[in-house]
Amino acid sequence: MQETELKTTPFYSEHVKAGAKIVPFAGYKMPIQYPDGIVSESLNVRTTAGLFDVSHMGEIEIKGRECLDSLNFLVTNDVSKLSVNGVLYTAMCYENGGIVDDLLVYRLEDHFLLVVNASNIDKDFEWIMEKLKGFDIEISNRSDETAQLALQGPVSEKIMKKVLDADYDSLGFYQSFSANIDKTPVLISRTGYTGEDGFEIYSPADKSDFLWQKILGAGEKYSICPVGLAARDVLRLEMCYCLYGNDISAQTTPLEAGLGWVVKLDKPDFIGREALLTQKQNGFERRLVHFVLDGKNLSRKGFPLVSEGEQIGEVTSGAFSPILGKSVGMGYVKTGFHKINTRIGVEIRSKICDASVTKPPFYKNATHK
Amino acid sequence: MSDVKILPDLYYTATHEWIKVENQKITIGITDFAQKELSDIVFLEFHVTEGNPVKKGDSICTVEAVKTAEDIFSPLEGKIMKINTDLPDNPSLLNKEPYESGWIAIIEASQDFSPAYLLSAEDYKMVVLESAH
Repeated sequence: MQETELKTTPFYSEHVKAGAKIVPFAGYKMPIQYPDGIVSESLNVRTTAGLFDVSHMGEIEIKGRECLDSLNFLVTNDVSKLSVNGVLYTAMCYENGGIVDDLLVYRLEDHFLLVVNASNIDKDFEWIMEKLKGFDIEISNRSDETAQLALQGPVSEKIMKKVLDADYDSLGFYQSFSANIDKTPVLISRTGYTGEDGFEIYSPADKSDFLWQKILGAGEKYSICPVGLAARDVLRLEMCYCLYGNDISAQTTPLEAGLGWVVKLDKPDFIGREALLTQKQNGFERRLVHFVLDGKNLSRKGFPLVSEGEQIGEVTSGAFSPILGKSVGMGYVKTGFHKINTRIGVEIRSKICDASVTKPPFYKNATHK
Repeated sequence: MSDVKILPDLYYTATHEWIKVENQKITIGITDFAQKELSDIVFLEFHVTEGNPVKKGDSICTVEAVKTAEDIFSPLEGKIMKINTDLPDNPSLLNKEPYESGWIAIIEASQDFSPAYLLSAEDYKMVVLESAH
């Protein structure tokens, strides 16, 4: 992609000022890491707090008389169970059960907000427009006009209380509310991608640039730090959260990926239901597993997973976990090799490194799981 | 990139290795720029042992950071005299002191070695400026 075509978020100049390393990601110039580095950033989120610019994420709004029914037809989880202000993690699938995207669904007063992966915004929007065209609804892509920050870490709530204009009561996990920060209207949810307590804050992009310093300032006495996309990836992997494009894709179903809990086969018909039902009845040939290597060699996406000289699958994500001091990874293996404590090998530059399949998450002491 | 340390009396490669030439005794490592680019280095694995002959371009070791991996290649033909055995247990030395305790290997150069094809500190400065755009 040409540099000139890359978009910037409202916080771009703050990242540059902070000395961040900037990389093109999903059409945006995004901070991959700050001068303190990935290890320090990820540990900071586990111990106190970190602030992430995730404005590249997509926001799609669905309004109108049939918004609930249409959305329940679109995604695999049951949106009808969601109360106003509730947030739901779900997948949306192709007819064959492959995953279009994984996303958050926000039920607001009179409409729904879908938060989708940055690299899938255009694909998702087209898919939704095409598949829901028979419904009496209005679909809008709000991605460009919406900024998003994630405040994550055990002290997040204390910092959030300081930045809000009005008194803050309490907010349940996966709940949202509308608030003001310096008179700017924001939507806040107690959600995140790190496993720690924390919030995600949606705001109008053209009025948001002050938010970065506002939150960092409020968090200063708790040693908050800015966190880049690289540490975000490490943190989500420590929790065994799937990343679209790595661990889940059009070629994998939610059932194989261990996301069966977001597939509600007994709700009214939805896209992919038949294929997923068949797969559930017939069993599936591969599963996503989580493994810890014995040594400190790092497994990377695409490395073969082996057992007794035969390839049994492939790594989809791998990294070194700073908080565990261990090399961890995720990947698909043939069913049978997926059981906890199964010994498998990762082929790293033609050498077999031993690993054990473990129960997720890798990091068990996160403040929210 | 004014805070990148480039030592004047070393030679360099375009792939961000430094080379110290003392007659036939050649010490190699990664540059300050390289360690900053890689960020936290968490793993190092040698592919050679002391006494091994190496050709120019042979992989000496793999250096892994949290998110990326890089091979370090021999910039010359010769014999491995010594490898820095502290590194596998303490790979962060590469971040802390890339030019000192983070040295990687000492190679005894073949007779006909001439550093003419390597970059001077001045040349390498240009490479760094370009890499940092």
